[in-house]
Amino acid sequence: MLCDICGNVEATVHLTEIINDKMTKLHLCEGCARKKGGEMEEHFGLNDLLAGLADFGTQLETDVSTKATCPNCGLSYTDFKRTGRLGCGDCYETFRKNLAPLLKRIHGSDRHIGKTPKMVSKKLKKVVSEEDRALELRKKLQEAIRMEEFEEAARLRDKIRTLETRPKR
Amino acid sequence: MKLDDLLKHTSEWLRGTGPKSNIVISSRVRLARNLDKKPFSNWANAKRQKEALTIIKAAVENTSYLKGALFVNMKNTDELDRHFLMERNLISKEHMANVENKAVVISDNEIVAIMINEEDHLRLQVIQSGFKLMEVWRMIDSIDQELSKYLSFAYSPRWGYLTSCPTNTGTGLRASCMLHLPALMLANQMDKVLDAVGKLGLTVRGLYGEGTQASGNFFQVSNQVTLGRSEEDIIDNIERVINQIVVREENMRNSFLKRNREMLSDRVFRAYGTLKSARIITSSETIKLLSAIRLGVDMGFIKDIDQRMVNELFILTQPAHLQKIDGKVLSPSERDARRADLIREKLIERKGKKR
Ligand SMILES: [Zn+2]
Ligand SMILES: [Zn+2]
Repeated sequence: MLCDICGNVEATVHLTEIINDKMTKLHLCEGCARKKGGEMEEHFGLNDLLAGLADFGTQLETDVSTKATCPNCGLSYTDFKRTGRLGCGDCYETFRKNLAPLLKRIHGSDRHIGKTPKMVSKKLKKVVSEEDRALELRKKLQEAIRMEEFEEAARLRDKIRTLETRPKR
Repeated sequence: MKLDDLLKHTSEWLRGTGPKSNIVISSRVRLARNLDKKPFSNWANAKRQKEALTIIKAAVENTSYLKGALFVNMKNTDELDRHFLMERNLISKEHMANVENKAVVISDNEIVAIMINEEDHLRLQVIQSGFKLMEVWRMIDSIDQELSKYLSFAYSPRWGYLTSCPTNTGTGLRASCMLHLPALMLANQMDKVLDAVGKLGLTVRGLYGEGTQASGNFFQVSNQVTLGRSEEDIIDNIERVINQIVVREENMRNSFLKRNREMLSDRVFRAYGTLKSARIITSSETIKLLSAIRLGVDMGFIKDIDQRMVNELFILTQPAHLQKIDGKVLSPSERDARRADLIREKLIERKGKKR
């Protein structure tokens, strides 16, 4: 039997899994298995086969979405095929047609059943991001003073003042 | 607290206590989380990575669960520090490279660790000694819950938590236990176990091994699937499978005790003798011998040291730890000598106390 990834070497590494009563088998040659398998890798095996698996998606769906790039982060499906990694949360929506069969193949399901994040409290988020902003500006201010860029420093100081005197909702 | 202070303590998960700790060394759960709309760490440019780091840092500082945590900017660490953190299971190998905007948060005597800007914006980890995955899950669940008050995570109702790698999509949860299975290995039963476990949607990986051959009889069992099952389901499934493995290992140990007691005790005491006398010892020989000692302690052959000491030696004898203890870089051959010294010191010092 030939390797599922390169297709020209005898497969000697065999992975079997049963997910929701369906058996999936992957057959790989030593080389491909080793090449893909960073040894102390966190998600063991399967993760590393992704670049190979991603091609499956395209074969099933030769769709416009393979040509699309994610409007939020600019990743293209070709980028994903190359790295096996997505670019942002919105990529899932952008490449949904290709990802759905891929996820199904990996997990035996394409529907989340687990936990839902607690509704994000807008108020807290706001406070945190304002504190962040002030912190960042303060660092920039110090840097500007150090570099003796006094005009920039004055501008930053005013910004910080506005941010900090604004009443917190 | 500083990074070097970690050296003075034994990580909580190495305590050698907890349910079934004779076979299950530790239980660990990891959650992958990303910030909504922000490019994932691998795809983000330096500016966006930094932005994510700043946002997450602020959230971490607000989280009561992480009060007093050690916040380590990876760019402020040297190569040795990074290996040191990896040997302690606090960061991944991937976290050691391109460190400009990476960080790790360490809390609660190393029970909690959060990697920031690994391949996902956040990688939360909780690790405890012994077999208690459900407890570990509940703990990480509350930390995640609290963090989500300050951070809005990339999430879709259909696909759950959205991660950089599709193998983590959904729950983003990876649960694993580190097992010590010397009797099953000795009886050549591991292939059967591996086969059975693979069919149940779990992965087994040898630890400390080069290639596929595990040295020292240590294995890590973890779930493969993260989507289409609830977190409790995933944990429950893996707990059940591990229970089965534990029972088999126990039975096999008992049957060895009954039928091959001399052979077993011979192995254990030879290993003990070597560790107490060696002047030069490699890391892989150490692991093999410590595995025998661990079994010997559990079966009551060795009475003057405990499991905690054995666990501690596993960590302290690794390369970066040896160098941290000495406070300088050591060549491989210097390390082998230093390792042998350290083991003798520990084993003999311990005996001295007992007398
Ligand atoms: Zn191949
Ligand atoms: Zn995207």
